[in-house]
Order: sequence, then C-alpha cells, then structure tokens
Amino acid sequence: MSVTHQAAAEESLKSGSSFLKSEAGQGWLTISPPFLYALLLLVGPLTVIIANSFWSQDYLTIDHTFTLKNYQAALTEPIYRDLLFRSLYISIMVSVVTVVLAFPVAYFVSFHGGRYKGLWLFIITVPFWSGYLLRILSWKVILGYKGVLNGSLLSLGIISEPMTWLLYSTSAVIITLAHSWAAFAILPIFVSLEKIDRTLLEAAADLGDSWARRFLRITVPLALPGITAALLIVLIPTVGDYVTPKLVGGKDGVMIANAIQVQFGKASNWPLGAALAVSTMIIVCMMAGLIVALLYGLKRILK
Amino acid sequence: MKLRAGSTSSLKFYVFVYVAILYIPVLLIPVFSFNNSATPKLPLVGFTIKWYEGLAGNGAMQTAAWNSLIVGICAAFLSTVLGICAARALTRYKFRGKTVASAVIMAPLIMPEIIIAISLLVVMLGIGMELSLLTVILGHLLICVPYSITVLIAGFEGFDPSMEEASRDLGESSWGTLRRVTLPMLAPSIISSLLVSFTISLDEFILAFFLSGTEPTLPVYIWGQLRFAAKLPNVLALGSILILASLVLLTFAELARRRAEKNSHSGGQFQ
Repeated sequence: MSVTHQAAAEESLKSGSSFLKSEAGQGWLTISPPFLYALLLLVGPLTVIIANSFWSQDYLTIDHTFTLKNYQAALTEPIYRDLLFRSLYISIMVSVVTVVLAFPVAYFVSFHGGRYKGLWLFIITVPFWSGYLLRILSWKVILGYKGVLNGSLLSLGIISEPMTWLLYSTSAVIITLAHSWAAFAILPIFVSLEKIDRTLLEAAADLGDSWARRFLRITVPLALPGITAALLIVLIPTVGDYVTPKLVGGKDGVMIANAIQVQFGKASNWPLGAALAVSTMIIVCMMAGLIVALLYGLKRILK
Repeated sequence: MKLRAGSTSSLKFYVFVYVAILYIPVLLIPVFSFNNSATPKLPLVGFTIKWYEGLAGNGAMQTAAWNSLIVGICAAFLSTVLGICAARALTRYKFRGKTVASAVIMAPLIMPEIIIAISLLVVMLGIGMELSLLTVILGHLLICVPYSITVLIAGFEGFDPSMEEASRDLGESSWGTLRRVTLPMLAPSIISSLLVSFTISLDEFILAFFLSGTEPTLPVYIWGQLRFAAKLPNVLALGSILILASLVLLTFAELARRRAEKNSHSGGQFQ
C-alpha cells in the first residue's frame, strides 16, 4: 500500500469517525435503534401495503402488474363508498364531541387543579389504559334494550318503554368511541393551556375585559394548537376502529375497518383490502388538513 | 385568573360528572362479575364468587394469561431499551433530521391500529414468518415505544449531563458511567416506562388479534369467548382481574414517575 493511499484511508476514517464524534453523529447513532425499528416495522410494511394496493389478486396468486382497479372499487362501489363516508362521519363526530366535552375538564385541571394537577391527570388517564375491549363490552351492557341505562330510566319513570336506538347504531359507536378517547383529547388541550402566560389574562382583566372576552380572545386562540392536536389525535385513529363497530355498531354502525378486516380474512383479497386502507388514510389526512386550515382561519377571526 | 364563584362550582360539578361517566363503564364490570345472574342487568340479584371459581380450572385461559405475560414482559423490556435510546437522543443532542426521526418513531401513536396490523401481517406472512407470540411482541413494541419515550424524556430532562462528565473525568469507562451513574438516576422513569408499556401490551387487542395466530393473548381469548353468551359472566370476572392488575401497575408507574420528577427537582437545585 502506498503512502498516499494510506493517508487517504486515514483521512476518510478520520472524517467518518469525526462525524460519529460530532453532536449530529452522536445524535443519529443514539436514535438509530428505535428509528431503524420504526423504519423496518412501520414504514417498510406501509410501503408494501401501498404497493399491494396497485396489484391485483387472481384467485390465490397476486398479479404484480400495475392497476388502479382496486381504488376504482374502493371509491366507486356503493358499499365501500358508504362505509368510507360513514367512518369519516363517525370519526369527525367523535373528535368534535370528545374535544368539546374535554375542553372544560382540561381547563378546570389547568386553572383550578392547584397542587393536584398530577393526580387529576392520572385519574383521567387510568380508564384509557385499562380494559379497551372490556370498556366497549361494558357500553354494550349499558346501552342494551334491557341494559343498565334503559333499566334505570324505566325504574325512575323518565321513559315508559326502552329506547331501541341506543344500541347497535351509529350513536352507540359515537358514544363508545368518545368515551374511549377522552384522555387523549384532554392531555394536549391541558398542555397548551398550561403554556398560557397567566399575566396576559390578568392584564386583560385589569384593562377591563370581561371573563368571556378574555376567554375568547386569549385563552381559546392560545389553546388552539392543543385543540387542533386533540381533534387530530382522536380523528385519525378512530376512523380505523374495528372493535367498537363490531360490538356496539350493529348493521348501521359498520365501519371501514370491518371491511378491511374481511379482505384480509374471509374474503382474502389483499390488494382490495390494501386499497381500502390506503384510501382511508388519504381521506382522513385530507380531512385533518382541512380541520387545521379551518381552525387557523378561526384564529384569525378571533384575533 | 379565576371565574366567578358560581361558575367555578358549576365547572367543578361538570368535571365530577365527566369523571364519573369515565369510570362507570369500567366499574360496572367488577360489579356484574359478582352478581348472581347469568346476564348482566340491573337490579343486582345477589353476591356470588362462582364466576371467579369458574376461571380456576380453565386451561385455555391460563395459557392465554401466560402468553400475555410473556408478550408483556418482552415488549416492556425492549420498548424501554429503545425508548432510552430515543429519549436520550432527543434530549441530549441537536441534529438535523431530529424532527423527522421522532415523527417516524412516534407515528404509531396516532395511526389507526388496523392499518399497522394489516401491514405487519402482510409483510410477516410475505417473508414466511409463522404467526406466534414473537410477531405479537414485534407489533406491540411498535406501539409501546412512543409511550416509553414520553415517560423517559421527563427523566432525561431532569438529569444533569455534568454528572456523567464528572464520572468520566474521574476515570469511569463509558459502560461504567452508564451502569453506575446514568441508569440509577433514571431508575424511577425506567420503572415507570416498564410498567406503562407492560400495561399497554396487556390491554392491546387489535395487533394481537391479527398477529397472534394460534397463540392467543388474554384480550384475544376474551374476544373468542364473547361469541358464547353463557360465558359472559366468566369474561366479566376475568376482565375485573385484568382491570385490577392494570390499575395496580399504573399506580406504581405513577408513583415511580413522581419520584423521578421529585429527584430531578431536588437534584437540579443541589447542582
């Protein structure tokens, strides 16, 4: 090996190791195990699903020629189109209902929680982490024809016969999902409320603004990032919920996830299932973008 | 900035009602699990523990419980290890692409689980992996890591890097520093991360449903039992045990997290 070669090799080794010793290098090195894991088990498989959605299935073999017919089926066949729209409607309703109901709770914990903020947050998040399947089952018991709610209202004399629309309906799905995702809506709103500089509110009060005016012109606009995050954090996962529609949705509450599962299970048409999944993701992301745009429009009006 | 007294008390009332509604569905399960009736409905007819006794000799359930335990322990351990890497990188270093890397790692938190589940399923079957507890662990790891990171970042933020420098200057190797300085100081948040990710894995259904093949975890077992109306009271009994277990685990996780917070505050002042 000639001297120049050796020098060059040393040089490249040095620059390589100096990258690893630099802050950026250390950062990348440290984050690489979880990052590679997510690339390998999330990004990779998602790419495969996207590829699948452009293929077609011929009985048991997959034909790898590019086709759009799965998307055509997903977006034009009435059954899938209806399921997509219904899922989108349900998840938008759920996210709005959850966030509207959650805001006062987040506000209370942030502004009146005092020493017990941590305890309040713990109390609110515990139900979210225990018994996902069982909570849905419990709603089935509550909302049923002879269920807890109908039974209680009957014995109190508030209603004279059981309400039948409670269970196996879109509203049952919305109630159950709104309950499941409550904690996820409260946390981001709470975080953004905590960041509000309280002296701003005091200044506005000193200058004679009423509570309602301060709330609308200071609290809400400054909490908007949290509200947006809460809406999206509920909207995106609920669009693909599988268990809730299956247990409490009945015929009217079936959602797109149930159709996707059928394609990967009984019907065994992976490309169509993949196209349904990808369409759902794209539509829900577009919806998310629209919500962000709307809320920022609102912020400008409030200011 | 307070509300008027009247509105504060109505806000308080609202919050109590809200929290009550949050808990009622969870609490109904243990209530009905002790009810001496084959269907869960009001009024309650009498106290019994027979639904719990019915679980004792149930081999399939015990296998499922065992499976859940294995999956939960592996997922919790691995998720905490990956979480430590990510939390350390995110709190200690500034580098280009940090936002992208953390977005990719945190993405499973807000993705519809069914999409994660089917894409893993397609790839795993595609490369010829047999569905087993291993595939469930790999899936759970993906959704546990974001939670571990959230818990661990708090621990890293509260701990002063100069302690590590001091240890190195005094001649400890980097492994020694990790073992004798970094990990002990992070211990409370590590424990919290282990408990939280174990609880999440124990409770997770959709990924397990798609990826468990013939080795069901407890939620998958419960799902299978729901087809039989007669088994419902037993399911409620099993569910009550699971909820109690999650509650205990989460309480310990919270206590550990608080200790981590306290440590970091007092440590911060001291240094």
